[in-house]
Amino acid sequence: MEQKALYDYLLLLGDNPTILGQRLGELCGHGPELETDIALTNISLDLFGQVRNYFQYAAEVAGNGATEDSIAMLRLEHEYKNALLVEQPNIDFAHVICKQFLFDVYHQLLLNELVNSKNDQIAAIAKKSIKEVDYHVDFSSTWMQRLGDGTEESNEKLKKAVDFLWRYSMELFEATETETLMAEMGVGPDLNTLKPLYLEKVKEVFALSNIEMPEKTTFQFGGKTGRHTEYMGYILAEFQYMQRAYPNMQW
Amino acid sequence: MENNTRDLEAEFQARIDRGENIEAKDWMPEKYRKTHIRQISQHAHSEVVGMLPEGNWISRAPSLRRKVALLAKVQDEAGHGLYLYSAAETLGISRDELVEQLLDGTAKYSSIFNYPTLTWADMGAVGWLVDGAAIINQVMLTKTSYGPYARAMVRICKEESFHQRQGYEIMLALCNGSEAQKRMAQDALNRFWWPSLMMFGPRDEDSPNTEQSMKWKIKKKTNDELRQQFVDQTVPQADILGLIIPDPDLKWNDDKGGYDFGEIDWDEFWDVVKGNGPCNQKRLDDRNAAWDNGKWVREAAIAHAEKQASRRVSKSA
Repeated sequence: MEQKALYDYLLLLGDNPTILGQRLGELCGHGPELETDIALTNISLDLFGQVRNYFQYAAEVAGNGATEDSIAMLRLEHEYKNALLVEQPNIDFAHVICKQFLFDVYHQLLLNELVNSKNDQIAAIAKKSIKEVDYHVDFSSTWMQRLGDGTEESNEKLKKAVDFLWRYSMELFEATETETLMAEMGVGPDLNTLKPLYLEKVKEVFALSNIEMPEKTTFQFGGKTGRHTEYMGYILAEFQYMQRAYPNMQW
Repeated sequence: MENNTRDLEAEFQARIDRGENIEAKDWMPEKYRKTHIRQISQHAHSEVVGMLPEGNWISRAPSLRRKVALLAKVQDEAGHGLYLYSAAETLGISRDELVEQLLDGTAKYSSIFNYPTLTWADMGAVGWLVDGAAIINQVMLTKTSYGPYARAMVRICKEESFHQRQGYEIMLALCNGSEAQKRMAQDALNRFWWPSLMMFGPRDEDSPNTEQSMKWKIKKKTNDELRQQFVDQTVPQADILGLIIPDPDLKWNDDKGGYDFGEIDWDEFWDVVKGNGPCNQKRLDDRNAAWDNGKWVREAAIAHAEKQASRRVSKSA
């Protein structure tokens, strides 16, 4: 029972970077400038590195012949536990940055807690990942300010992105049964304690970016329990393509 | 005045002959400057356009390990583009001007990137053959006379040789795999073999700039010599993979100590150079779309930096 919960928790930890990394990978070669292209690819690379750590450990925990690849690529859509936020499309650079920022701030808070996890493996992965994620936060919050403060056009585009994406932010803090159990066991944090810190940081960066906190948002939930948006199936169609078309092969 | 220039040119050539590097602030003949701007920027554009056919497989890489390696590789290429644009800028032209030349189609880039990447095996073939061919050219360029270019090349070569091994390793995994994987590998070799040979440029007799380039040490070997070196190095590697080079005329020639190989389809070569390859239009469209869609982002970054600077000034006043 505990092993099953631990396995599920590793999916919760690994699926967000998987799907966000996949979205970032779509941008490679298409960024507004070489420097941003490099940075976004680098973030994708960091995230997939973290995913490999989580899923190699999950494969050990599962112990049924599973591998990092079978866990990453051979599940059905409803078995993915990523938040809806990270599967949202790269509509424009403002959406890319805003999505990244809203996730990065959460990710940093989460990892800062996970370094103290009672599970040594998770603590070690968090310790390694936090350095990378500190840079991600720096990158995305700096770009939030550039876009928000830059021109009228960029401010307008960022506002639109914030208005669209903010509805997906609170799902990050909506604990699933697994997360509640892991918090009780001292493996993961109580997400409720992270929420005020998150709101504080987001408000601070929004203010520096001339963006107001959206009012009266109807928040969207479901990804973490397997009910995704329409985009998810298409993401998986690409992500899983080779593993589905050529099953059981070595690459 | 004319005599002066002639003296300068003679001294310039003497420096190159002595093996000295020419640096950005040194006097150089205008033709030397222009040739280098053209060549270094073409090289930079090739790195940047080259991100597209490989970027095409990032979202579909077959395993996490391969995905991470491919992301890292494409990121390296963007980095090479950056150093090369910087090296070109030392010759008195801006990166924006160079990018404009790429986007409006006046600048060239390596034609190999106008071929499509249709299967995962193409990531192997591109690394093995395309990076393999590129390295042969680039190793030579680490000794080129223009200092900033030569130094950029030293670093690029290190990363490229890693990419080539990575590409070969992808091919090796496929060739040790299932029938479907071997077929995929052979098909990729069939499509990339001839375009890779074309990467060394026209035959020596059709390459009028070679002599001047040799004098300036931009080139130390001719196109045909380099092409021969590539064939000789690659055929045994294909043998290890158990793949067949798609050239019925390929055979070992004891007298020359190298392989004889068939005639390149030069009509195809010139067609692709002139913009009529399978993907020329798409590659340029993609680069143009990235640039156009990024305009407001670049403007925002500049506007923000200016506002920050003026805020700092008013604070300190």
